[in-house]
Amino acid sequence: MSETAERVSIAPAPCIDVTPLLRIVVPVVLLGLWWAGTASHPGGLIPSPQEVGTALWDLAFGGINDDAFSQMLLPDLIASASRVYGAFLLAAALALPLGMLIGRLRIVKEMLEPTLQLLRPVPVTAWLPLSMIMFGIGPKSAFFLVALGSFYPILINTIFAVRSVEPRLFEAAQMLGVSPARLFPKVVLPASLPGMFTGLRLGLGLAWVVIVVGEMTGVQTGLGAMIMDARQLSRTEIVIAGMAIIGVAGFLSDYAVVALGRRLLAWSPQHG
Amino acid sequence: MTEPLLRAINTGKIYPGGIEALRNANLTIEKGEFVCLIGASGCGKSTLLRMIAGFETPTSGQIVMRGREVSGPGPDRGMVFQDYGLFPWLTVRGNIAFGPIARGKPKAEAAETAARFVSMMGLDRFADSYPHQLSGGMKQRVAIGRVLANDAHLALMDEPFGALDAMTRERLQEELLTIWRATGLSVVFVTHSLEEAILLADRVVVMSPGPGRIVAEERISLERPRDVSSPAFNDIRRHLASLLHTDHEKEAA
Repeated sequence: MSETAERVSIAPAPCIDVTPLLRIVVPVVLLGLWWAGTASHPGGLIPSPQEVGTALWDLAFGGINDDAFSQMLLPDLIASASRVYGAFLLAAALALPLGMLIGRLRIVKEMLEPTLQLLRPVPVTAWLPLSMIMFGIGPKSAFFLVALGSFYPILINTIFAVRSVEPRLFEAAQMLGVSPARLFPKVVLPASLPGMFTGLRLGLGLAWVVIVVGEMTGVQTGLGAMIMDARQLSRTEIVIAGMAIIGVAGFLSDYAVVALGRRLLAWSPQHG
Repeated sequence: MTEPLLRAINTGKIYPGGIEALRNANLTIEKGEFVCLIGASGCGKSTLLRMIAGFETPTSGQIVMRGREVSGPGPDRGMVFQDYGLFPWLTVRGNIAFGPIARGKPKAEAAETAARFVSMMGLDRFADSYPHQLSGGMKQRVAIGRVLANDAHLALMDEPFGALDAMTRERLQEELLTIWRATGLSVVFVTHSLEEAILLADRVVVMSPGPGRIVAEERISLERPRDVSSPAFNDIRRHLASLLHTDHEKEAA
């Protein structure tokens, strides 16, 4: 046992790697518990894994139930993903420059930070009714709520990143001939990229969390809408299938972002 | 007599809050000279160095570099920090090319300069490594290399080898002397090690705390390479130690 553990930690490449095994233990156990729990209560309110599997198949390819949900996986996934990424990009386009300004300019900080910090604790769900009044029932509301959800982690991390640049680096740049006006592009920006990247990663993650709430606003398509419809029809197996799809989509999206960060931020010990 | 490279004239520094870090310091650095500032913590040696660098302004007196008063940091005075201060997002090559690029040198020329100093500092194998992949000694080579690559007239070194192990420290001291001789660079080197000061310097400036001030200057005329275990070396060490200590006793009395 101890020998295997040691091998994994020192030389991961050529010898037997048990890491994938470690990673699937918990999901397999959870699946087993779920299966055992539902098998002992047939006809209960929680559907069994098999029922959810069947629902997933029908969602993806149809041919089983042939109802309103059949073959809707791809269109709903595309609708949700486009809202998630669109709203995330909008949030990033606002939060990154705003965070840099708040982090580096005192006057902007004094003017904006109190307001933003007061609004921050208000959960996205609390914004839902107001957003439906402001943006109407439909995708615009969903877009707004998702953008709001991913705005704050990007903003807060950007402020922190540009504020916590090591003072020594300013001295080093200046003694090498960088004028004070050019410290921002030459030092602040590159030095705070890892912190901004962390904010973007958290923001994108939250966008996937908020999408279901966002799509409660009466939109016709999307994974959130699918879950809401299924809930009203007591189709719990569809609800769980929808949860699984969001989980996997959010996971893959995060995986891609981390891989991108590893390539772009190879210099940073936290990312490289 | 020609104008010296650098002069500190009655330079003093009182921080807000009334702490007097340095009082009435007078110091001259000639071109090509290697000067060590030595003293206990609080003697103002780092403050003086940081004022020469332009990171801090004197509250009295002035510092004149090649006839012009120092008013801020500039590439003619390159600094080597104890904690390196390398740019973590740049490779070794990128860190060394940073100064030339910042001063507007064409890309090709900057790259050529960087390549030359990467080689001079013995960093060829690490040219494309990032700072977090290097040892402390390697990082300090990069820090010295980037000051040299930037055509600095005066290298300011703030306990540059203080964080290194003894073996690395000795090697870098030797290499620094070789480079100093080859380039004709002028150096102001802050240390709290008497041995390091006597090994390296043409002149040792002894400083003392409370308030920080210069108490003595001693020209070291031992021939290089210097032998730290020779009787002559020890005589100087004893003499400088007594200068450092008498002052402490006065302080205590």
